[in-house]
Amino acid sequence: MPPLMKTSGALNLESIRTRLAGARGRAYWRCLDEVAETPEFQDFLHREFPAGASEWPDGFSRRGFLQIMAASFALAGLGACVKQPLEKIVPYVRQPVELTPGKPLYFATALNFGGYAQGVIATSHEGRPTKIEGNPSHPLTHGGTNVFLQAAILDLYDPDRAHAVLRAGQPSDWETFVSAMSEAMPGHQAKGGAGIRILTETVTSPTLHRQLRDLLVKYPAAKWHQWEPLTRDSVREGARLAFGGFVDLQYAFEKAEVILALDADFLFTHPASLRFARDFAARRRVQDASSAKMNRLYVIEPTPSMTGSVADHRLPVSAQEVEDMARALAQQLGIAAESGPTSHDPWIAAVARDLQAHRGAGIVIAGEAQPPAVHALAHLINAQLGNLGATITSTAPIEPAPVNQVTSLRELIADMQAGSVELLLMIEGNPVFTAPADLGFTEALARVKTRVRLGSDENETSRHCHWHLPAAHALESWSDARAADGTVTLIQPLIEPLFQGKTPHEVIDALTQQPGRESYDIVRAYWQGQGWTDFETQWRSALNDGFVPNTAAPSRAVKPAGIPPPKTPHTHGKLEINFRADPTIWDGRFVNNAWLQELGKPFSKLVWDNAALVSPALAQREKLSNGDIVELKFHGRTLRAPVWITAGQAENSVTVHVGYGRQRAGRVGTGVGFNAFALRDTNGLWGGDGLELRRTGDVHSLASTQQHHSVEGRDIFRAGTLAEFAANPHFLNADREPPPSPEDTLYNSGEFKYAGYKWGLSIDLNVCIGCNACTIACQAENNIPVVGKEQVGKGREMQWIRVDGYYRGPLDNPEMHHQPVPCMHCENAPCELVCPVGATVHDSEGLNVQVYNRCIGTRYCSNNCPYKVRRFNFLEFNAGMTPVQKMAKNPDVTVRSRGVMEKCTYCTQRINAVRIVAEIENRKIRDGEIVTACQAACPTEAIVFGDLNDPSSRVVKLKAQPLDYLMIGELNTRPRTSYLAKLRNPNPELPS
Amino acid sequence: MVAVATIAAAGWATNAVFWSPYTTYQRVPQEQPVPFSHKHHVGGLGIDCRYCHTSVETSHYAGLPPTETCMTCHSQLWTQAPLLEPIHRSLATNTPVQWTRVNDLPDFVYFDHSIHVNKGVGCVTCHGAVNEMPLMWRENTLYMKWCLDCHRAPENHLGPRDEVFNMQWTPPGDQAARGRDLVQKYHVQTARLTDCSVCHH
Repeated sequence: MPPLMKTSGALNLESIRTRLAGARGRAYWRCLDEVAETPEFQDFLHREFPAGASEWPDGFSRRGFLQIMAASFALAGLGACVKQPLEKIVPYVRQPVELTPGKPLYFATALNFGGYAQGVIATSHEGRPTKIEGNPSHPLTHGGTNVFLQAAILDLYDPDRAHAVLRAGQPSDWETFVSAMSEAMPGHQAKGGAGIRILTETVTSPTLHRQLRDLLVKYPAAKWHQWEPLTRDSVREGARLAFGGFVDLQYAFEKAEVILALDADFLFTHPASLRFARDFAARRRVQDASSAKMNRLYVIEPTPSMTGSVADHRLPVSAQEVEDMARALAQQLGIAAESGPTSHDPWIAAVARDLQAHRGAGIVIAGEAQPPAVHALAHLINAQLGNLGATITSTAPIEPAPVNQVTSLRELIADMQAGSVELLLMIEGNPVFTAPADLGFTEALARVKTRVRLGSDENETSRHCHWHLPAAHALESWSDARAADGTVTLIQPLIEPLFQGKTPHEVIDALTQQPGRESYDIVRAYWQGQGWTDFETQWRSALNDGFVPNTAAPSRAVKPAGIPPPKTPHTHGKLEINFRADPTIWDGRFVNNAWLQELGKPFSKLVWDNAALVSPALAQREKLSNGDIVELKFHGRTLRAPVWITAGQAENSVTVHVGYGRQRAGRVGTGVGFNAFALRDTNGLWGGDGLELRRTGDVHSLASTQQHHSVEGRDIFRAGTLAEFAANPHFLNADREPPPSPEDTLYNSGEFKYAGYKWGLSIDLNVCIGCNACTIACQAENNIPVVGKEQVGKGREMQWIRVDGYYRGPLDNPEMHHQPVPCMHCENAPCELVCPVGATVHDSEGLNVQVYNRCIGTRYCSNNCPYKVRRFNFLEFNAGMTPVQKMAKNPDVTVRSRGVMEKCTYCTQRINAVRIVAEIENRKIRDGEIVTACQAACPTEAIVFGDLNDPSSRVVKLKAQPLDYLMIGELNTRPRTSYLAKLRNPNPELPS
Repeated sequence: MVAVATIAAAGWATNAVFWSPYTTYQRVPQEQPVPFSHKHHVGGLGIDCRYCHTSVETSHYAGLPPTETCMTCHSQLWTQAPLLEPIHRSLATNTPVQWTRVNDLPDFVYFDHSIHVNKGVGCVTCHGAVNEMPLMWRENTLYMKWCLDCHRAPENHLGPRDEVFNMQWTPPGDQAARGRDLVQKYHVQTARLTDCSVCHH
């Protein structure tokens, strides 16, 4: 079914360019159709819900509907809808002592992101986890989370998870596997384990490492390989080039005044990104005009990233050009690096001067997609500038056994191909799908005598295995892991494995013939051997706090070798391809997570799909429109993909996100998108030039939420520069009308006195990086359903808080901004006046309350809302839930049915829970006691909730700042949600 | 005329059905796997509500006793009684007893016991004379209208906190005056009590 807004052929990009060039003032645009002002878009805008949004799904006419309903009306009868059915109430047999039924318990644990631990606190209702929050005490994450951590709950309750041990595709059991291994292992032992290979992803677990080491001692000829598709090989090799060995670098962004990111999305893809985001925000936040200081971020990258979107200066350049520019910069700073002229020499010179002016307070960081030479150059530059040792410290590698993963995989495949591998154990991962296409993993795998995979899903790789073992989710496991700074977190389970899952620890034990130890015993045994003074107390402490204190890796000073690396060879083709981590499904492991599939990717806001991102210039040359399918040819392999025109994309670069196009990924993920891994080989792991692109003439319908809920160019987003702010703190209000007075209304302005609590929310646009953690957190907390691609195409996505993207400036390199939009909770709410049944009402603390049981679905409230924050359940989106899927729901929030309007409630269930406790204890609610889901999730603390009647509360102080503004305040809706305008800190030497 | 009369009659009939015990379950004893008698245990033996309903002062959910609680006495008393066989079997097989829920609210209503109990609303006020019920029934309709009757005027129903678990407590003659004092003393936020967000989220 095509999306509801058809575009009439190719957009006239040239005219868009002209229009943007002539734009004066603060004209923000959201999508190309908006700027082009196509008649289709104008039509699309004028309707609250796009034409046909209220139509029944395809293939079902109004007549058909009435026919079916006539039958059910006749059968319905009165009794069925009047009397509440009797239910059962089921207590425990033996109630756990620490559990007060009805009150959730919170457990600190960690989830894995990129192999490294991210400390979290999981909320557990009657023994089942329902929500993930950050752990504010964790030294690395400081309480932030990202979309993957927030969506982990849905992965836990995924009905497509592996349910049972499979032997050759037939259900078996764990005992059979263990006995099969017991029989086989003595034979392996006799050969010293020569035929045994273990393949894992990146490992930071001290316990797992010890088990693998012990296994390798027991079977000296066995080998352990590591591979994951978004490998950090370049980072490791770059450090080796610069420092002579593997070294991990710790970046202290809170100390950095000038940052240069060389294709480095350090706010999102780095294992320490949550910490970086918080620290970066701390130097970005502007509290008051007198002491306003901001850091300055320069980013050069081929494709828009979150880090790029918050940059003060961003240059879209091809990935190869990044190295040229890094060399030129190194030259400017006095490092004898092989370099030549680039097309951005003045820019580089200005950056060099800025970095020099902030010696010891700068950071130059390269991204994992850049070749090792760029990383080495960055290290040399940092050393030259005195940053090494100041803002950047070095430690021994956090990974206990770091390797070059491509080499490791290559060796494994060579052994498999030669037939010398008799037993291959794979722990998680999906190498059949993710291994580089030129290595021939699948063919080599066929030559392995016994293949075993421990995995949470029976994926493409498991299909080729003799044994598939169901993996326990992190929330079901005892384990441990290290964060990117080395801090150890003991991973503790919140629920018994739902599907008889096993942890890697238990599987390795089966190979080393330990007498059936459980993970709890294995992990405890390891830590008991670490010489803690009072083991029991420290163990319980570590579990309570969520980390083991003083386990951060100690600094180890290093000096770079000083020899600049040789140039990475280029072939200087016309077009370049970039393989990048997908911002919502990472490397494909989350394709079956419906929340993440429905999350609009930053900038394109595509859902349920991936696209080849092309620049407007390239689209113009090749006459491409959004959705046109092109054939990409790279190193002799071809792939068909739809394109998406991306403002800010480097002119001759095409970005493809990996991980989609899976064929065995469960009911949500199978067959969605196209498989970029098919093009990826070891000669261009992260991309390269020599790409050929050819229009095929076919079209694929893509669903994007970028155009939805557009507020038609009104005064929504405000931004300025630090200089303007310093000169006049009220500069943003200078040319605007003041908001109307409260009495300026036909209705009774004194109806609500707000003498008690007066709730308000402040969102700081200066620190929002557009990561969307708030969106998924809200979805998890409030039981927000997923609607699917077709429904999103009709504008029916259900997320209560959305992060809107705005651009300003020229098409090829615009400013990019993010604006989270929850319900404004207007004091003069337009929605409340028009509800015929009183389902949307105002409460005495200022919340705009949506009463689901009263709503009859006229949708007039949504029509009247100027902010478009209301969501309607057009269909029964919660139909057909399996019992396991029901477990993911938060019991404190109503699950809405068809025909009911819903919207952000300022997490009223959390407000109520805190208020009840405060009233019982006979005290006022303290500032910071109520934390909304979006506030808790945000890694940069952009969202702050609190009591406006409490003069000492954070939110009052934020709203008192001159940068505070109301969205379309002149409508006199008097919203309780306000924004702090975004400031940039451009370098006066560079054109902004 | 006939049409008007028919509609009026239909309306009256619906209303009658809607308020009848068939629909409201008011005063209809419900069948249970074990015919637990509050009259015997509370009225006869004098066991306090909180012995079994343990979380009524700390949680929204009052708590239904786990099998273990029954066994605190019934591991010694009436061990051979056929009526108690489901309890013994529950403990032996580690399977909970599935009781029929008597006091139930729709899923979109979030009622919190702890706040009511802490503000002086007695158990008998809502649940009736439980100490006289040989089999549990719902004493009041628990309809929203019934809840609002108190939420709009809590002074008519509040009692001192130390009388909350007293089955014999009834509102005294000067309840209105005493109630107003209690509303003050217990800081009941009357302005807020009729906000929809108090019970619906």
